Amino acid sequence: MNKLSLFGLLSLVIRRDLLLAMRRRADVLTTLVFFVMVVSLFPLGVGPEPEMLRKMASGVVWVAALLASMLSLPRMFSADYLDGTLEQMLLAPQSLTALVLGKIVAHWMLSGLPLVLIAPVLGLQFDMSAQALGMLVLALLLGTPILSMIGAVGAALTLGLRGGGVLVSLLVLPLCIPVLIFGAGAVEAVTSGMSAVSNLSLLAAFMLFALVFTPFVAAQALRISME
Amino acid sequence: MAINWFKYSAPTTFYGLAGKLIPYFAWAAAILFVIGLYIGFFVAPTDAVQSEAYRIMFIHVPASILSMFIYLVMAGYAALGLIFKTRLSAMMAQALAPTGALFAFISLWTGALWGKPMWGAWWVWDARLTSELILLFLYLGFIALQASIEDSRRADKAGALLAIVGSVNVPIIYFSVKWWNTLHQGSTIKFSGTSMHIAMQQAMLAMLIACWLYAIAVTLARVRSIILEREANTTWVNELPEMKVQS
Repeated sequence: MNKLSLFGLLSLVIRRDLLLAMRRRADVLTTLVFFVMVVSLFPLGVGPEPEMLRKMASGVVWVAALLASMLSLPRMFSADYLDGTLEQMLLAPQSLTALVLGKIVAHWMLSGLPLVLIAPVLGLQFDMSAQALGMLVLALLLGTPILSMIGAVGAALTLGLRGGGVLVSLLVLPLCIPVLIFGAGAVEAVTSGMSAVSNLSLLAAFMLFALVFTPFVAAQALRISME
Repeated sequence: MAINWFKYSAPTTFYGLAGKLIPYFAWAAAILFVIGLYIGFFVAPTDAVQSEAYRIMFIHVPASILSMFIYLVMAGYAALGLIFKTRLSAMMAQALAPTGALFAFISLWTGALWGKPMWGAWWVWDARLTSELILLFLYLGFIALQASIEDSRRADKAGALLAIVGSVNVPIIYFSVKWWNTLHQGSTIKFSGTSMHIAMQQAMLAMLIACWLYAIAVTLARVRSIILEREANTTWVNELPEMKVQS
C-alpha cells in the first residue's frame, strides 16, 4: 500500500466512490430525475411554440445541469466526514490533492456524466437539430467537470455546516457563470451557423485551469474545515 | 532602522490606533461629501445630452469603483491572513465585506435610476451591469459563509480561501460576460469621448475620495467591534475605559 502510484491512488479512490454509489443508487437517480424534471417544466411555463423552445433549449439545459450538480454537491464529502474516513484521508501519507481529485472525478462520473448522456433526449423535446444536439453533448462534456471541480471547493468549505446545501449553491453558482455562458454559447453558435470553436476552446481552457488549481484549493479547504 | 511591520497587526495596539483615526476619516469624508454634492448639484452645468439625470453619476461612479476596489483589498487582507496567520487581517477582510456589498448595491440601484430615463429600462443586460450584479453575489456568498461558521478561526480561513478563489475568478467572469454581451446584442449607449466639464471632474473626484474615506472610517469602526467581540474574554478588553463605564 505504501508504494502507490498516483494513478493507482486515483483509480482506488474512484472505484471506492463508485462502489459506494452503486450500493445506494437512489442518490444518483434523484439528481438525474431532478434534471429531467426541471428541463421538462420550462415548456409548461413558457408555452409549447417550437420556435421559442428551440431558441432557449441550450440555456435551459445548461441552467438545469448547473442546478442539478449543485444538488449533489453537499454529498461529495459529507458521508466520509460523518464516518471518519475523511480524517484518515487527511492523515494518509498520500497527497490529499490527489485524493480530492479522485473524489472529484468520481463525483463527475456520478452526477455529471449521466446528465451529459440524457441531455440529447431532453434536447429532442425542445426540437433541437442533430448538429445542435451533438454540440450540446460536447459542451456539456467539457463543462460539467468544471462544475464538479469548482463545486468541490464549495463543498469542502461548507463541510458540516448547518444549511450547507443552500450555502454551497450561493458560493458556487456565481463562480460557474463563465461555464454557463460558454457552454450555452457553443450551442447557440452552431444553431446560428457560426463556428463554436472559440466557445469550446475557452471552455476547455477553463477546464484545464480549474483542473490545475481546484483539487489543491479544495484540499486546503478540507484541511481548514477539519481543524 | 528596523521597522516593526507587525506592530499594528496585533488587535491590542490596532484597537487604539483605529479609535484615534476614525474621527479624522469620518470628518474628512463628511466635508468632502458636502463639497462634492455642492459642486455636483449647483456648480456643474447641465449636460447637453442627458440634461439633469446625469448628476446621479456623482454617486454611481464612485460606488462602482469602490465596490470593485474593496473586493481586491478584501482578498488582499484575506491572503495576508492566510499567509502570516495574523488575526487582524482576517478581521479586516470580514469588516470590509458589508461595505463592499453596500457599494455594489448602491451602484446597481443608482444605475437602474439612471437607466430608466436614459435607456428607457430599469435593467439592461449590459456587461458592466451584469458583472456588478455577480460581484454583489460574490460579496453575499462571502458574508453568508462567514456568518454560518461559528468557530471564528475556521470562518476566517474559509472566508479567505473563498475571497482568493473569487478574486482569481473575477477577471474570467468579467470577460465572459463581456463576450456574451457582444455576442447577443449590440453595445448599448456608451459615454463617448466627450470631454468632461472641469466642475464635473471636480465633483466626481471629491465624491470618490469622500466615499473612499467613508469606507475606511466605517471599516475601522466595524473592525473595532469585531475585535471587542472576539477578545471579549481577555483582560486588556476588560481594562478598557469604555468597558468600565458600562459595567
